[in-house]
Amino acid sequence: MRYIERITGLYPREKMAKKPARKAGTRKPATARQKAGRKRGRKSGSAALYAASAKELTAFYRSMLMIRRFEEKAGQMYGMGLIGGFCHLYIGQEAVVVGVQDALQPGDQVLTSYRDHGHMLAAGIDPKAVMAELTGRSGGISRGKGGSMHMFSLDHGFYGGHGIVAAQVPIGTGLAFANKYNDSDAVAVTYFGDGAANQGQIFESFNMAKLWSLPVLYVIENNQYAMGTSIDRASGVTELCRRGDSFNIPGRLVDGMNVLEVRAATEEALAHCRTGKGPMILEMKTYRYRGHSMSDPAKYRSRAEVQEMRAEHDPIDQVKRRLLADKIFDEAGLKAIDKEIKDQVTASAEFAQESPEPEAAALYTDILAPEAAPETERG
Amino acid sequence: MAKLTYREAVAAGIAQEMRRDENVVLIGEDVAAAGGVFKATVGLLDEFGPKRVRDTPIAEQAILGAAMGAAMTGMRPIAEIMFSDFLAVCWDIVANQIAKTRYMTNGQFEIPLVIRTANGGGSRFGAQHSQSVENWAMAIPGLKVVAPSTPADVKGLLAAAVRDPDPVIFFEHKALYATKGEVPDGEYVDELGKAKVLRQGSDVTIVALALMVPRALKAAELLESEHGISATVVDVRSLVPLDTQTIFAEVEKTGRLYTVEENPRLCGWGAEISSLVAEELFYDLDGPIVRITTPHIPLPAADNLEDATIPSVEKIVQTIRETAG
Repeated sequence: MRYIERITGLYPREKMAKKPARKAGTRKPATARQKAGRKRGRKSGSAALYAASAKELTAFYRSMLMIRRFEEKAGQMYGMGLIGGFCHLYIGQEAVVVGVQDALQPGDQVLTSYRDHGHMLAAGIDPKAVMAELTGRSGGISRGKGGSMHMFSLDHGFYGGHGIVAAQVPIGTGLAFANKYNDSDAVAVTYFGDGAANQGQIFESFNMAKLWSLPVLYVIENNQYAMGTSIDRASGVTELCRRGDSFNIPGRLVDGMNVLEVRAATEEALAHCRTGKGPMILEMKTYRYRGHSMSDPAKYRSRAEVQEMRAEHDPIDQVKRRLLADKIFDEAGLKAIDKEIKDQVTASAEFAQESPEPEAAALYTDILAPEAAPETERG
Repeated sequence: MAKLTYREAVAAGIAQEMRRDENVVLIGEDVAAAGGVFKATVGLLDEFGPKRVRDTPIAEQAILGAAMGAAMTGMRPIAEIMFSDFLAVCWDIVANQIAKTRYMTNGQFEIPLVIRTANGGGSRFGAQHSQSVENWAMAIPGLKVVAPSTPADVKGLLAAAVRDPDPVIFFEHKALYATKGEVPDGEYVDELGKAKVLRQGSDVTIVALALMVPRALKAAELLESEHGISATVVDVRSLVPLDTQTIFAEVEKTGRLYTVEENPRLCGWGAEISSLVAEELFYDLDGPIVRITTPHIPLPAADNLEDATIPSVEKIVQTIRETAG
């Protein structure tokens, strides 16, 4: 068995079925087989593919490509010394965040780990504000006080950007607690990785979420490596969708390289959470092409392994092939999109270098709430 | 005014705030049906119901995660960590998430929560249930740290903590829960960051916190009556913000500073105050600053051993008598 098959149990998958483009909102009802698959849970391959319209498919393509190009640029700028500290790239995993984000409703909350640039772009945050945070400039989303791993945007429902492995999981569970307390139908979508899946706070959170039936969707982005340790060297049980078994939290395995499968599975999972059935787990099998961070040359795996994922399972290529096959775009049309995105990324990189450094006075703001304004003297 | 115990004042303060604001909830281990392991939350479940007063699993990380997530949405949760020693179990959420989020988000998020916790020794609980860890909290930028010594301060400062936009670690002292004192009736809100001068003297200034406050007061009486030494006693009440103005003013008047601290000696809160006073008031001092602390050891369980560690009235009197010449 090839290494990829051994660690993923998913590949090689059938080529993406060709389906005619659909208009949004005209989804087929689930087939009996799909329903059975849902009931059994944790079966891959049986998951439905989202019937995306031409417009939606194009949007997925654009979003994924935006993340890919943005991350490539960030990697390049890191290499040039323009970005300091840590920088964890999301390249290879784009289908997960794009598929999930598209299924959300306004008001849903999202939070993730330190590998957060892609999540922010998918949430609609201005790439300039993200890139300028990476370069530590005042135009950054946290005005340079957060950095790559600690970015937030209240306006976009993005609750971080958490630097401590798994720290976002109890917090996401807390957001869901507030949603339920306030009778809101919002779901707190809490991403974490296969590495974080072994942290203790996950299990405290699972238990509380189930006990209180909280609307939280745990999305495990299983990119196969916890830093440099492959999942079979880090986890006693590698089927992470089963992590909720002893809490009776349903889990499902999803091909995280296929945006349509991600999109379909997320929609179902969100419906579960939103209708008072409590938490759910989606394990997204995915793959990170680059090292854990920019300082990791990833010598713990073979070039061939990465090459094979890129060549056969790339999430962007899958959609690209579909766009061409369905004649939604020709090569020239796709090139035009590519150029448009490159220009956007270039503009964000320029902004991130031109934006002024934060003022020294910012050091002492927002540690505690600002003092109440002193009462003005009479007369 | 009504005479309440320190533990009744906890429940009174929480109830006052829960009546006022639907966003206030109380979560923690055994806080609801059992009324708290120290009986400090008795009656709250009956008045506010299980939606707002919640027993949790024994899972401190989940408790503080729930509190932080809720606070990020604008709720004002009060989370109980049963013994302050257990803060170590969930310290990541305190030190890395709760304390730093306002800063890292450039002020986009406030974390207006209160973590109540039973702190301190004297109950023979041994090394893992008796520590005074207020100095841990003081060391983390982004937290406010409060430790009341009287029932009135419990009610007023707890109310202020709930209304405060910042995360507040609220240290209740186990050995004070049974003590009684007058507590203002009706709505009562104190101010965070203000020390209180409880006794005015002319020879030495004693600065104390929580359980050490009644001991310092008793020591001051004995010093006056038996040794002719007149002592000022300042109750610090709040370590962050620290009321240096009041402390400096009282040290300036007597020229001598004694801190009485229950936390172990190294990096105790008194070291910070001593350092500030040494920098700012060096030429106003008439003698060395003296710190009276628990020694730098884990706390023992046996009666005589524990009594020999935590600063006692006798120890305070003796130290001051020997050094305040």
